[in-house]
Amino acid sequence: MELTIDINKEQELAQEQIKAQGFRVLVCGGTGCVANGSEKVMAKFRELGANVSTLTSHDKMTVVPTGCHGFCEQGVLVILPDQHTTYVKVKVEDVEEIFNSHIIGGQPVERLLYTDPATKQHVKKNDDINFYAKQTRTALENCGHINAESLDEAIAVHGYEALSNILRENNPDAVIQEILDSGLRGRGGAGFPTGLKWKFTAANKGGKSYVVCNGDEGDPGAFMDRSVMEGDPHKLLEGMAIAAFAIGADEGYIYVRAEYPLAIKRLRKAIKDAEERHYLGKNIMGTEFSFELHIKEGAGAFVCGEESALIASIEGERGMPRPKPPFPANKGLFGRPTLINNVETLANIPVIMRKGAKWFSSMGTETSKGTKTFALTGEVNNTGLIEVPMGTTLREIIFDIGGGIRNGKKFKAVQIGGPSGGCLTEEHLDLPMDYESLTKAGAMVGSGGLVVMAEDTCMVEVARFFMNFTKNESCGKCVPCREGTKNMLKILEKIVQGKGELKDLEILEDLANTVKDGSLCGLGKTAPNPVLSTLKYFKDEYIAHIVDKKCPAGVCTALKTISIDADKCKGCTKCARTCPVGAIEGTVKNPHHIDQSKCIKCEACLNSCPFKAISKA
Amino acid sequence: MVCKETVDFKKIDEIITECGGKKSNLIAILQKVQEVYRYLPEDAMIYIGSKMEGLSPATVFGVATFYAQFSLDPKGKYEIKCCDGTACHVRGSMPVLNAIKARLDFEEGKLTTKDGLFSLETVSCLGACGLAPVVVINDKVYPQMTSDAIKVVIDTILQEENK
Repeated sequence: MELTIDINKEQELAQEQIKAQGFRVLVCGGTGCVANGSEKVMAKFRELGANVSTLTSHDKMTVVPTGCHGFCEQGVLVILPDQHTTYVKVKVEDVEEIFNSHIIGGQPVERLLYTDPATKQHVKKNDDINFYAKQTRTALENCGHINAESLDEAIAVHGYEALSNILRENNPDAVIQEILDSGLRGRGGAGFPTGLKWKFTAANKGGKSYVVCNGDEGDPGAFMDRSVMEGDPHKLLEGMAIAAFAIGADEGYIYVRAEYPLAIKRLRKAIKDAEERHYLGKNIMGTEFSFELHIKEGAGAFVCGEESALIASIEGERGMPRPKPPFPANKGLFGRPTLINNVETLANIPVIMRKGAKWFSSMGTETSKGTKTFALTGEVNNTGLIEVPMGTTLREIIFDIGGGIRNGKKFKAVQIGGPSGGCLTEEHLDLPMDYESLTKAGAMVGSGGLVVMAEDTCMVEVARFFMNFTKNESCGKCVPCREGTKNMLKILEKIVQGKGELKDLEILEDLANTVKDGSLCGLGKTAPNPVLSTLKYFKDEYIAHIVDKKCPAGVCTALKTISIDADKCKGCTKCARTCPVGAIEGTVKNPHHIDQSKCIKCEACLNSCPFKAISKA
Repeated sequence: MVCKETVDFKKIDEIITECGGKKSNLIAILQKVQEVYRYLPEDAMIYIGSKMEGLSPATVFGVATFYAQFSLDPKGKYEIKCCDGTACHVRGSMPVLNAIKARLDFEEGKLTTKDGLFSLETVSCLGACGLAPVVVINDKVYPQMTSDAIKVVIDTILQEENK
């Protein structure tokens, strides 16, 4: 088709605009860094930068609010791209020093550089920070490097280039073939081949059809979709437009969970900007192709991440899953053929179309191609968002990129894939992270949440925690999930309270298998995974709770006793003064004693004792 | 005591017009109504159910009770959301939650304070896992909370409110 927009020219113009910004200071404006005060940091930089031309050779300095860099733990992050320097944990008080010393004087501020947890050395260059060095970024390639609210900055880094090429060539089937060849699989959890989904939906071409983006990132511990929507919204919009062109849709919805207000704000702005300049909306780039995009805010229901429930929610109903078939590809939103893809999946599309299926499929494993983002959280040194080729091992992720376990604790387990996933142990550290290997081990890639747990995490409590979550989020439509999760939770609560019996384990496993086999949708089918995987790998902990009435990790309150070692206690009275319920008795300079009937096991005394005389068991 | 307000139906009409009167916009309409009243008054739900095509008060009530975001009781002036997602849970969100409960005066079984100033809910992930555990009060994110730190946050708000 004939295009009225020359994307190469637009790109040149946009790049010139960036050059005209002079010295760029990138400040992270993701949810995490905003919470740590990045807006104040930006304001201070702007104030100081106003007279940069009189102080340095730069005629201008521009402060650029970016999306999330992924390294949330170290926020506020400030990057000086010209100098390849990343500053971490920057506070508004530090800005003047960075400005005077580095921007004017050319001397980096050592104390604000990232400290490698292993070598304890400051890292001067961005590329040498282990957290970044071992990553390969595709979906997140621009997150943190461009102004997330500027269409021009997106265009400068190849935004809408793939869409422009596709429209010129005007061959939807070739687009679908390219996605098929790339081997891209759904990044939302199930891992269904994306190209096939497109092909099935395109087969129903002719009437009205829709493209829906699933941005209902409900898995606790996962925030990759939030980062894409906040940090590079135009990539998602471009991915959706390409999908719409391929399957013959002219209308689409982005369903975003209400817990992500910043993502909603940035997407709204991105859609408005793109429509104004004809990258979206009616007659895109002057062609016959039109694609109108709407945003739907979720209202706090985890089950709406399931595609048929999500459709019900967009239609304004209770978000309850519907039996499949019919699949959305045949009968979806408002009864029309609908393509539903997750945010990360769609963010991969423009990159694949630009760099080619071959490039994408050269990364990853035999059956899992490309890169995958993981949200690395929990008891790990470098928490944050990472993207690595599929097949990277857990060990590389947790110990190389993640910098190992916090506070010198010992690694115990990692929980993958949220409430639908499972817990893996030390023996799985060298397991390649791909769809098949993880499913075989009893976990799943899921959305990519990786919560690292150390020796002081109780696995039975973790299973209870997830079961409580799925019980609350079960929509109640089908019996196995509604009643099964409730009863599994009851058993798990009994066990953590020290009232479990051995036969409970059998009932638990039996129930878990029934829920898994009998539930209507993915939520119920995968809800027993945390229980089954902990039963498989940490059965000894269940038995310790039931038989010995002990919690080996010292977490479960009912099974915990806190006591004072009379030999170590010097009678300083500090613990007695700290105790909120007055359970500690004793006189000055004489060993103290805890009245177990009063003790609420809050552990306040444990941390207060200067002689380490108090312990829990 | 928290008084339930009388509903201004003109305002509801404006919201319906603004969002579009289609059934598929019901959730957006309820969100806007909740923004105004800080909860969904029963009269508002009945009105919407009777007024909009294809809906009944029962359907509106069904949708309102399905989604966690909607509240049928008035929320506080300060809405505290304590995250208990996996990352926050592992890093100790429970002691933070307990500290909030201990500091504020909640009626037995209710999660809004008697003076209507605070309401408390646990949420399952705010996507700020790198800063765990987090608490959000009226859209402001408080990172890396401890039971002591949250007390300071609440005390500061109480001071501002001269309580």
